[in-house]
Amino acid sequence: MEEDVRLMKGNEAIAHAAIRYGADGYFGYPITPQSEILETLEAEMPWETTGMVVLQAESEVAAINMVYAGAACGKAVFTSSSSPGVSLKQEGISYIAAGELPALIVNVMRGGPGLGTIHPSQADYFQATKGGGHGDYHLIVLAPSSVQEMADFVGLGFDLAFKYRTPAMILADGIVGQMMEKVVLPPQRPRRTDEEIAAQCPWAITGRPATRKPNVMTTLELDSYQMERNNERFQRTYRLIEQNEVRYQEYYTDDAEYLIVAFGSIARICLKSIEEARKNGVKIGLLRPITLWPFAYDRIAELSKQVKGMQCVELNAGQMIEDVRLAVEGRVPVTHFGRLGGIVPNPNEVLESFYSQFPTAKK
Amino acid sequence: MAKVKGAVKINQERCKGCDLCVVACPVDVLMLQPKEVNDRGYHYAFAHNHEACIGCASCATVCPDGCIEVYRVTIK
Amino acid sequence: MTAEEIIKPENKVYAKPDLLNDNHMHYCPGCSHGVVHRLIAEIVEEMGIADKTIGIAPVGCAVFAYKYVDIDWIEAAHGRAPAIATAVKRLNPSRMVFTYQGDGDLAAIGTCETIHAANRGENIAIIFINNGIYGMTGGQMAPTTLEGMKTSTTPYGRRIDLNGYPLKISDLLVQLDGTCYVTRQAVHTPAAVRKTKAAIKQAFLNSMEGRGTSLVEIVSTCNSGWKMSPVESNKWMEENMFAKYPLGDLKNTVKK
Repeated sequence: MEEDVRLMKGNEAIAHAAIRYGADGYFGYPITPQSEILETLEAEMPWETTGMVVLQAESEVAAINMVYAGAACGKAVFTSSSSPGVSLKQEGISYIAAGELPALIVNVMRGGPGLGTIHPSQADYFQATKGGGHGDYHLIVLAPSSVQEMADFVGLGFDLAFKYRTPAMILADGIVGQMMEKVVLPPQRPRRTDEEIAAQCPWAITGRPATRKPNVMTTLELDSYQMERNNERFQRTYRLIEQNEVRYQEYYTDDAEYLIVAFGSIARICLKSIEEARKNGVKIGLLRPITLWPFAYDRIAELSKQVKGMQCVELNAGQMIEDVRLAVEGRVPVTHFGRLGGIVPNPNEVLESFYSQFPTAKK
Repeated sequence: MAKVKGAVKINQERCKGCDLCVVACPVDVLMLQPKEVNDRGYHYAFAHNHEACIGCASCATVCPDGCIEVYRVTIK
Repeated sequence: MTAEEIIKPENKVYAKPDLLNDNHMHYCPGCSHGVVHRLIAEIVEEMGIADKTIGIAPVGCAVFAYKYVDIDWIEAAHGRAPAIATAVKRLNPSRMVFTYQGDGDLAAIGTCETIHAANRGENIAIIFINNGIYGMTGGQMAPTTLEGMKTSTTPYGRRIDLNGYPLKISDLLVQLDGTCYVTRQAVHTPAAVRKTKAAIKQAFLNSMEGRGTSLVEIVSTCNSGWKMSPVESNKWMEENMFAKYPLGDLKNTVKK
């Protein structure tokens, strides 16, 4: 089959990939810098082709609750927003996690706190990886660094969400959302039929046939012992995800004497910095976490026994660095370089910061 | 002339003694137990004047707990 | 003929519907919720649509509605039931989808979702229990609390200058083009119960037929919150609540 190669924005790629995945529904609310997702879906009119529902909701709060509802029906549904909007969605995300429901949430991050800026940022790392809403839960968090990954992680996100019955998040930043690149779109898959959903998701809310007991989707449990058992079940799922689903990519780590850890768009800039450094014989490697939760603790711990120091480069004031330090356990110095407010550093700036933090590295 | 006679069967364990059936009955069939209580401590409703029942189901219609079954016969 | 002779299966004229299960309802004695639960079960059973019905339960006293009526339910976050019903119905157009909400859920925290679902004309039925108080949390002021009415957060009575006016949300929804049926009923007498049953049935039919949003407001009592007996509550409701919230159809665009 011939590859379907297109040039498009990361946000547009998400919309196309979702239609082609056979998603059943999208519920969203406009916010910069991710409105192209909703706009593309409305322009593509998938309800005419695959039967996918697209709805511009009255708020982010309504949209995430629509996703909770669709997920409860066993449907493949998703929503997207940007940082302030994702804050509004946190209550609903907590319900989706508590309901053990599969759903996909896209956050194309902008700078905060508050209304912040519309420019790119990675300042929602804490929110995405440490729960975000109330209660003990995790999201599977995927961090794309290219338009291709924006497209690919839609399918991956849905598949993981359904495999573990837990919400997954694509944590992109404004750069990946807005930049245009070549992307290979996946082939069109049919949406699952009602019969397939009933068979695959026996818990789904479908209307109760006489042959089974009522299905009830609730996150309320007043019996403390039962609520503890529920939480223990959630935790078992999270341990399983931690065992099976850690994803990362390494560059030049074989002979690395130093390591840069960076995710998303900034990882690509760091790769450029590393290639420059290597021209001068400075052996820096790059580890790019793809899943931010579960996090690559084990691999980073391993590398901390090989390198002399690590630098975390993030578009925030230092968030992922906390996880890197947990992995390193003080074996080598771990430093941070970040720009705030929507500023994206260039490769030289990253390298300068690296040399200032590790002056002995310079040859 | 045909005569309608009714009877009620009250699930006394489900009853919460709210008194609404007593008030709804047009022929004063029901009352709450003055002393007896059910397992949950409610003075449950019972038919103290069953003879008068016409099986109109007014009691069952207003009962918030679905406690009352109504039976009716027409005696010719 | 004795009662024992009359009580035979062939003479049965009324029993609770099977869909209303045998679980002991947690509602206070005399609470209107129980009657409305039973009506929903009766109607779904009579229409033979249990396999097509999806209910959305609220946060409030009716949070456990799903424990008593044996259909598929989704429990919503506080106020979000109309958004949830929207998605359920759009993703499952052949289903009859209804929400069951109290005054705090529907007319305070969920006003946005209520108005927008109705304005889009979502093909859902909204069952709205208006007892003018927050029951579950212990009798606080609701948006529909009457002027002068004492609650735990208006201990000297609701003051308009402090708390604003009782919200007649159904009258507001009448103005929206998306609503096809808005009615206000009660369940305090056998006749009122029969009218409410007909109204809910109409709303359920509207959802099945895709005619737009239906809202059945049921002016109700909360005798615990009102600190009266169930019988006194009904009387107080007739004298006070009905003056502000008069019963009857507010809008019906469905041709009979």
